[in-house]
Amino acid sequence: MDPRLSSALLAGRAAAMLSRALGRGGGTVLPGHVIQRLDPSALQAIARRLPRGSVVISGTNGKTTTSRMIAHIASRTGVHVIHNRSGANLMTGIVSAIAAQTALSGRPRGDLGLFEVDEAHVAEAVDSLRPRCLALLNIFRDQLDRYGEIDLISSRWRKAVGRMPYDGLLVLNADDPIISRLADDASCRVVTFGVEDPRVGGGSIGHDADRRLCPNCGHRLRYARVTYAHLGAYECTECGWRRRTPETALTSVRAEGSDDMLLTISTDADAALVCLSLPGLYNAYNALAAAAICEAVGIPLSATAENLSTFTGAFGRYERVPIGAGEVRLALVKNPVGFNQVLAAGIAGQATTIVIAINDHFADGTDISWLWDVDFEVLDTSASGADTRPHFVCSGTRAHDIALRLKYAGLATADIEVEPRLEFALRIAVEDAEGGGRAIIFPTYTAMLDVRRSLQRRGSVAPFWED
Amino acid sequence: MSGEVCSVADPSPLSGKTDVRLSLVHLYADLMNLYGDRGNITALRRRCEWRGIDLELQEISLGERFTPRECDLFFFGGGQDREQVTVSRDLAGANGEAIIEAVSEGAGLLSVCGGYQLLCRYFRTSEGEDIPGVGLFDAYTVGGPTRFVGNVVAERLDGDEVRTLVGFENHSGRTHLGPGLQALGRVVVGHGNNGEDSSEGAVHRNAIGTYLHGPVLPKNPWLADRLIHAGLTRRYGTDAILETLDDSSEQRAHESVARTVRRAGNVRTSIR
Repeated sequence: MDPRLSSALLAGRAAAMLSRALGRGGGTVLPGHVIQRLDPSALQAIARRLPRGSVVISGTNGKTTTSRMIAHIASRTGVHVIHNRSGANLMTGIVSAIAAQTALSGRPRGDLGLFEVDEAHVAEAVDSLRPRCLALLNIFRDQLDRYGEIDLISSRWRKAVGRMPYDGLLVLNADDPIISRLADDASCRVVTFGVEDPRVGGGSIGHDADRRLCPNCGHRLRYARVTYAHLGAYECTECGWRRRTPETALTSVRAEGSDDMLLTISTDADAALVCLSLPGLYNAYNALAAAAICEAVGIPLSATAENLSTFTGAFGRYERVPIGAGEVRLALVKNPVGFNQVLAAGIAGQATTIVIAINDHFADGTDISWLWDVDFEVLDTSASGADTRPHFVCSGTRAHDIALRLKYAGLATADIEVEPRLEFALRIAVEDAEGGGRAIIFPTYTAMLDVRRSLQRRGSVAPFWED
Repeated sequence: MSGEVCSVADPSPLSGKTDVRLSLVHLYADLMNLYGDRGNITALRRRCEWRGIDLELQEISLGERFTPRECDLFFFGGGQDREQVTVSRDLAGANGEAIIEAVSEGAGLLSVCGGYQLLCRYFRTSEGEDIPGVGLFDAYTVGGPTRFVGNVVAERLDGDEVRTLVGFENHSGRTHLGPGLQALGRVVVGHGNNGEDSSEGAVHRNAIGTYLHGPVLPKNPWLADRLIHAGLTRRYGTDAILETLDDSSEQRAHESVARTVRRAGNVRTSIR
């Protein structure tokens, strides 16, 4: 027993209780601050004692959903997971999550650590956790004001990859050239996942693509197939550098209505069918990544597939809240590729009210210019002859910016209402749902937390730290 | 939206003209498109469309050429360092000269951040390496130790009228203007060209360089219209008068940002 660690953990517990008592968010961050201050090596000490080691997951999009899928699968196959499931993914969030599941003696009450990590803190997480598995999902432009250009993030990840334990495993997205290139910096074993269904995607690269040049030699990459943004099957015609053949592959993707998908996931040895209750190709990638990571920690594909079929979305990411005779859906938006994928999934198609709530606080990104890389043009139904058009409500600190974006997307200004006060914008959505309507809310991160708080007060959803 | 397209003082070759068109070249669109740069194209396209002007968009990338005489407008967006080096090499040949030629003949041009830097004389990186520029703007850029990131409000004195510009900057380059080069505006909140002399952007004939994205044109419609005006004047040879549009959404977005930023930011002395 380490007295310094024990007293740090005790102080962390007090901080968690205080945080909950003050209603500040369920103690997902504050205990970590306290513990790190009192014992900077607490995380290493606890992580070392996890019987099945740790998994670290990062990437621009899909961290929370993918790690929740894995937690869902693992817990149903008898693995006790310690997981920062609230999405608090800075080091303080990780320490808080692990400390909440650790006895004062420093012994963790779980088998496997499962941590989603903010893009800028992967190297730090690798150093502290010494993970058995590091999974990198994708990299897209996101909060340039905070992270800088994607080259900066990828160079940080290169460092993290180089510092992985020799007996560790790197799980990479074969379809993302920037991610796939990281295999060359690895001194540990590498496996990849990717989409092998030739019917998915098209031949041309999207305007939201971030990398069209070969990460190896700087010449232009040639794509045989683009799944979305800069993901797909590519090769460099100059130096011959090309996509790796994925060990875990999505060999078939089929949408089942507007809410579900039927997936076939294949490995060398096995193949399994998954009925996923989430829409959108980006969620198919999340499920594929989850399967590859589960495989890496020894969960058989059949068990993975069976349990993926009972997974429902992570809070606020894609959450359906029944209200009255209708429902309110929440779909978090953070960056252009993510927003475009949500729109491409068609979930706004049936909506009667569409609320877009854009805040520009630090956690959202203070630069909202990315809204102009989102294809809001697809929401213009005036040409399709639809008899009813959705009512658009623009909200948040940048409500007027989103209203302007919609105007330039060609939507009728008569259909666009500006209500910067989120509480009032939500009321419009809730009233529509009560009358049997289908409202969808696209909030940025802090707007999502505010919307959920309001819905929680109504008793419509559970607090995110209990979800 | 329809109505009179655009008219000029009579007698004019433009009055009553129905097939008014403009050509817009988007330079290296596939490599230089950070920060919602596409929004500038969208703003120009819609504002032309609402006036019945047919805007033809041509995207130029590595190894592709264009005929300067046929180009009325140019847009050159921001990019990452790696892309910027690749584009710089391609610009060093015919395309750089063609841009200078078109601008000298009156073409309108908007360049943002990385595009702006590539149109100056050179960019000296923090490692001391020089990336050559086109030299359209008599200015040079030096890589700085920190990034200037945040909302910007700038002002421009146009005759007697004070125009405001709102946008967002995110750059580590410090651009210094040559003695004869006019700035686009004067920074009220934010850093602008170099964080020292409160200048923001540059104007040479109808070519504009700026560090503002956001993107800059939708929330500053007067700047978009100035470019369209330049393009029309170049193509049709007379001083065009643009039809006024309902810019109330644009104004509200502009004012809401300007108000919030002035309240929160470190306001330098205003022209007003």
